[in-house]
Amino acid sequence: MNYLPYAVAAWLFLVGLYGVTTSRNLVHLCICLSVIQSSSYVLLLAIGYRTGRPAPIFKDIKPGTPAVDPVVQALMLTDIVVEVTVIALLLALAVQVHKRNGTLDPSRLNEIKG
Amino acid sequence: MQYAPVLPVVIPLFAAALLAALSKLLPQRVALGLSLLATAATTAASTFLLRASLSNTVVYWFGGWSAHGGKTLGISFAIDPIGAGLAAFAGLLTFLSLLFSAKYFDAADNYFYALTLAFLAGMSGFTLTGDMFNLFVFFELMSAAAFGLCGLKTEDPSSLQGSVNFAVTNTIGAYLVLTGIALLYARTSALNMAQMGQTLARTPADKLVMAAFAFIVCGYLVKAAVVPFHFWLADAHAVAPTPICVLFSGVMVEMGLYAVARIYWTVFDPSLHPFLPHLRILFVAVGVATMVVGGIECYSQRNIKRLLAFSTISHMGLMTVGVGLFNVAGLAGTAIYTLGHGLVKGSLFLGSGILLHRTKTVDESELHGRGRRMKWAGIVFFLGAAGLAGIFPSGLSMGDDLIHESAKQIGVEWLKWVSFFAAGITAAAVFRVAVRVFLGWGSPASHQRGAAPKEKEKPETESGHDRTPVWMWAPAVAMVLGGLLIGFAPGLKPGTLRAASRFEDANTYAARVLQGTPVHSSAPEEEKTQEPWVGLFILAAAAIISLANVKSKGFRESVKPLIAPLRALHRLHSGHVGDYVAFLTFGLAAFGLVCIFTFR
Amino acid sequence: MTRAARKYFFLASAILLAAVFWLGYSALPPAGHVPGHYGDRVNAVVVPLRHITDAVTAVNFDIRGFDTLGEEFILFTSIMAVALLMRRRKERGGGDHEDKAGNRRVPPPSDAVRITAVLLVPATVLFGIYMVTHGQITPGGGFQGGVILATAPVLLYLAGSFGQFRKVAPMRMVAIGEAIGAAAYIVIGGGCIAMGGNFLQNLLPMGKVVGSLTAGGIVPLIDLGVGLEVSGGFVLALLVYLEELVEEKEE
Repeated sequence: MNYLPYAVAAWLFLVGLYGVTTSRNLVHLCICLSVIQSSSYVLLLAIGYRTGRPAPIFKDIKPGTPAVDPVVQALMLTDIVVEVTVIALLLALAVQVHKRNGTLDPSRLNEIKG
Repeated sequence: MQYAPVLPVVIPLFAAALLAALSKLLPQRVALGLSLLATAATTAASTFLLRASLSNTVVYWFGGWSAHGGKTLGISFAIDPIGAGLAAFAGLLTFLSLLFSAKYFDAADNYFYALTLAFLAGMSGFTLTGDMFNLFVFFELMSAAAFGLCGLKTEDPSSLQGSVNFAVTNTIGAYLVLTGIALLYARTSALNMAQMGQTLARTPADKLVMAAFAFIVCGYLVKAAVVPFHFWLADAHAVAPTPICVLFSGVMVEMGLYAVARIYWTVFDPSLHPFLPHLRILFVAVGVATMVVGGIECYSQRNIKRLLAFSTISHMGLMTVGVGLFNVAGLAGTAIYTLGHGLVKGSLFLGSGILLHRTKTVDESELHGRGRRMKWAGIVFFLGAAGLAGIFPSGLSMGDDLIHESAKQIGVEWLKWVSFFAAGITAAAVFRVAVRVFLGWGSPASHQRGAAPKEKEKPETESGHDRTPVWMWAPAVAMVLGGLLIGFAPGLKPGTLRAASRFEDANTYAARVLQGTPVHSSAPEEEKTQEPWVGLFILAAAAIISLANVKSKGFRESVKPLIAPLRALHRLHSGHVGDYVAFLTFGLAAFGLVCIFTFR
Repeated sequence: MTRAARKYFFLASAILLAAVFWLGYSALPPAGHVPGHYGDRVNAVVVPLRHITDAVTAVNFDIRGFDTLGEEFILFTSIMAVALLMRRRKERGGGDHEDKAGNRRVPPPSDAVRITAVLLVPATVLFGIYMVTHGQITPGGGFQGGVILATAPVLLYLAGSFGQFRKVAPMRMVAIGEAIGAAAYIVIGGGCIAMGGNFLQNLLPMGKVVGSLTAGGIVPLIDLGVGLEVSGGFVLALLVYLEELVEEKEE
């Protein structure tokens, strides 16, 4: 049970990769990329969590009580911003691809080969 | 100038924000001038840091959160000569490519300059930092700017496909790095590279450390375009605007390799040191595969920019070997090779940009003979071929020698024949282009197998111009001459050897960052004198092969049966992003399993 | 590769990769018991040194504030790239390439959506400002509050039309606001150098009361700057997307 979060993280990574590899739609591909990213969130949060401890907000709890790791949560915040920006860019590309080619299927975009 | 370490990142970012805010109000000339000024200032700051770091690694703690008792809370920059040198080199290439782009684009959005400045800021921060997560953040900044710059020509459908391939594969690489960082954080509870290294040294390396190593290294090797993570590079280069290709091939991919070297030597060396022989085999195998695949694909391209991109992959293979031999001479050789290669390859891309500017195409067959009146571009291509072959005194030859020297020290002297092959075949490809386009030799239809349909490269410029402005050929010529003559720079080799030995000393680095102990520069090792005729010999062989290919039908016929099996390799580079990710998964899995099972 | 070949090649590699994950992850301590000394040290230091009660914001904007500067500029760069990608086609004039999917159907507006959106706008703005300014006290901060603020003009688009959205958030103003927010982070950092410290060193008075609006020195200022940048960035991105997609349906 204690290793379940790690297993979930690994599963998300693999499933996302499968989605990206076999995708037939660029928007679907972008969402699969964010699934891969979610795996790193789950991993980070599982690593930062400490059983039985509250959140690191010292407004309600006394300063100095042991709390969950805040560094990991700050890292995750950065990661979310990074992911959003990449997905936004990829979706913009997908919009333009659709306008030019009428299709979002990677196998039908065969301008570049070799 | 206490705050100098901050400048290479802050100056371009502030200028980018300024340009974005005023983008509608500023005429293009003012925007260009502002970005040139910002780039020059950044390069000056990085050079200042290079000088300052020669005697002692410069450490700067952001927010004033310095280390106490060997433990850190905040982020530090840990600037040593190789990092600062790479930052300065990035600034120089950016400056020259901005100069080129002044006359190259008919209409440039001011956002282009802002993106280029953000790209430079990302590269500068990447090379100067001493914190693992900060490295990742600047890696992403660099990538975000690169994705945007790559997709600039949205009139062209293939431009979008190349950008998609680029963005998807590199983003997966970034997620791999993040996973590795999370694993290391779990083990060491630190994000500062020096602290992580010292903490990992206390316990023997177990499967967690090896898995983290595999993830992080593979993530950065995706950026470094090493087989089998290399597929995106050719697509991205084929569609990115030419001044941006200069930056991609000249510094961006080398940054991936720099990250691998930095992370290995500061974080992993204390604990993975006993497994060096296995690591060397792994990296040499990857490097050799990259050299060979890159070289073969390079020669079979018709699109000049894709040809140059594959030659970059091939040369990156040699640089991977240099880093992957894990000794002082190899690292120093790679550093000098980066300088030479960046300048020569950059000048070749500028040359192809001149061709695109004048004739609206970069297809070798379409360009046949049309370069006869473009003498500067022709000079650049011929000199560039010589540079790629590694004639003395180019940076490539000096780097080559050091890498061969380090291979001999490890006992894999046969590597030099593979590097001769890679240098020769890429030089032959460029020579072939030069001879057919600028001299008009051979017949227009003569062409090796390559089933790719004719590609129409929509020009980044409106129409074929009839003159090449001086701001376009002057940077190209300056770069190729710089790359060829850099071997004459005084003190380059001993200085780089000294810097490399400092780079590889994890304990001194950690002592400097965590406790502030000044570093002592050790004396450089004994160096053998170079053999200047080797590069000339390779160039001659390359010239002979390419001339035979161009002029003699008999030669082409006799070579055909040899080439047929290579068709499969060619077909693998399909342009489909799913294929690329499948190969990435395979490479990652293989690398990870090798690391876990052989490091005993 | 054919579709089937790619799938099987990937599945074979994925099985090997799953083995790598299994071997690597099983060497981790169980979830919930990973020793986190870095986090413990941060938690111990945050209230006494900075009077900030939200440790995550303290890490984000003070202890690891330089990372956040980079992250803010990643957002800034990507929004610029999106704008550049979407814009080029427009500036060269329509007619270069036909829109191959021009027969998209937009669902007709509904009254329920309109009323709900109008009612939500003031609540959203208030909540967004609350999140931005209270970042150092309770969970929140510039990024979170900025995103919430960015949804307010979008609600206006849902309630009204694209023209009204554009009037409330004209592109030039939004772009300038975003750039000012981005530059503000650097200016604050430079200000810290001018005050005699390192870049982004927290030298302003920390506030008398722990966990008040003025606690944390430079952190509330950075929060405001980041909030401005993030909200401006997302509104700009939405403007750019909508302009590209809605232009034919403009009234």
